[in-house]
Amino acid sequence: MTVPDPILTVRDLTVRFARSSVKAVNGVSFDLGAERLGVVGESGSGKSTVGRALMRLLPPSATTEASQLDFEGAPLLTRSEREMRRLRGNDMALIMQDPRYSLNPVLPIGKQVAEAAMLHFKLGKKDAYARAADMLGRVRIADVARTMDLYPHQISGGMGQRVMIAMMLLAKPRLVIADEPTSALDVSVRGDVLRLLDDLVRENNSGLLLISHDIRMVAAFCERILVMYKGVVVETLTKLEDAQHPYTRGLIAAMPDPRNPVRRLQVLDRKAIDAVGVQP
Amino acid sequence: MIDVKDLSVAFGQGEARKQVVKSVSLSVAKGETLGIVGESGCGKSTVLRSLAGLDRHWEGEIKLAGTAVAKTRTREQLLLAQMVFQDPYSSIHPRHRIERVLVEPMQSMKRGDGWDKVGPALEQVGLPAAFAERFPHELSGGQRQRVAIARALMLEPEVLLLDEPTSALDVSVQAEVLNLLSDLREQRNLTYVLVSHDLAVIGHMCDRVLVMKDGSFVDELTRDDLKHGRTHSDYARELFAASYL
Repeated sequence: MTVPDPILTVRDLTVRFARSSVKAVNGVSFDLGAERLGVVGESGSGKSTVGRALMRLLPPSATTEASQLDFEGAPLLTRSEREMRRLRGNDMALIMQDPRYSLNPVLPIGKQVAEAAMLHFKLGKKDAYARAADMLGRVRIADVARTMDLYPHQISGGMGQRVMIAMMLLAKPRLVIADEPTSALDVSVRGDVLRLLDDLVRENNSGLLLISHDIRMVAAFCERILVMYKGVVVETLTKLEDAQHPYTRGLIAAMPDPRNPVRRLQVLDRKAIDAVGVQP
Repeated sequence: MIDVKDLSVAFGQGEARKQVVKSVSLSVAKGETLGIVGESGCGKSTVLRSLAGLDRHWEGEIKLAGTAVAKTRTREQLLLAQMVFQDPYSSIHPRHRIERVLVEPMQSMKRGDGWDKVGPALEQVGLPAAFAERFPHELSGGQRQRVAIARALMLEPEVLLLDEPTSALDVSVQAEVLNLLSDLREQRNLTYVLVSHDLAVIGHMCDRVLVMKDGSFVDELTRDDLKHGRTHSDYARELFAASYL
């Protein structure tokens, strides 16, 4: 599983919280090139913790260890907080689930996006606003001038997520981590947001790590999928049909599909999954 | 079981008045499951809240079990339909033990104190009776949604109104809750009205689906239509295409 010119190399990533001996993330390894990589699993499987560990955004109580964690060829774990702050937003970006909580509720949209431009490009106010307007246009916000004066509560969820994407991709980061970017959105907007994310990521030749619980969506969108269970990557797939591990198969079978109606849905047989083992 | 004629709901006054539900009619037979699907803001939850008696400024006619209900309902009418809400984290009192959560509808409807019914109610939704002593934060999301279903069933209603009952849950837990709802429907011959934005969930559970857009129904699909992906309107087709990304 080697990728030419990897943006991110992760080997044996392990995260523990406080003094607990439970490993929230247990020996996760993968390479990420300029591609779309999906991470799926249930709540509590450690998928979001992986994303945050890569951004070094876990709380101080967390212990992050890895035999190798390189971003663009240079180790990440030994960097100081100050260096990390320069990296975040510029070279690596995190798009979070709910725009209602990740945008500042008391600042107009335009000001927030311009703030990102000022910070990353050291621009003056006027240039920053022009840059922000340009970026908002690129995420297909219809009436940019009007939207820039609006506050986050005045725009819809889909629009808010586009604003988040504009803000995060402004600096053309090499690595974009999207943590459930569409689960707060309606199905009809979901496709638009994903396509937009994909276009921008391709344009910048960046790597995208898409974290989601929706295995069907991830399979349709990503080139490779990591399936996580109890902190361990149990399987790496390119197609859902190739799924071997009982956990992955269970997840797929648990999804209702009106085209193949069943009277009862299959539920996960956790005993059988644990019997197969989840060794890293 | 449910008969709705020309139901309209508007919020706000004067210029800010917004017609959220525009004269919709629907009927649900006893034992049937009706699904309402649509995007956020289309008015699907408002229809459900009017059916439940939570919103009282609707206009039109709502008949439950053959009798028309007024804006203010009698206790007997309120007993007919109970609601299960979307988010099990916010629909259960965080500082009440599960037993108190479950007896509250009994006591407020003057149906006795209800303490003896807590154990069987929990077992019926697949939880151990010992959970009565617990607080909501000691349960997982799926377990809490089971408690919410148990609470709705305490008054032995004939109709359950389900507002996105599984959208806060993982697919694996969603499967368990949907199976529970199917089993209960069979055991008690319940009538469901299920509101969701997820066509897959709706298609799995429902005999008939109404597609809602901007306050009106634009399409009606049968189970057979869903199976073969047949739609009769552009909007329903778009929704279908988006759902199976």
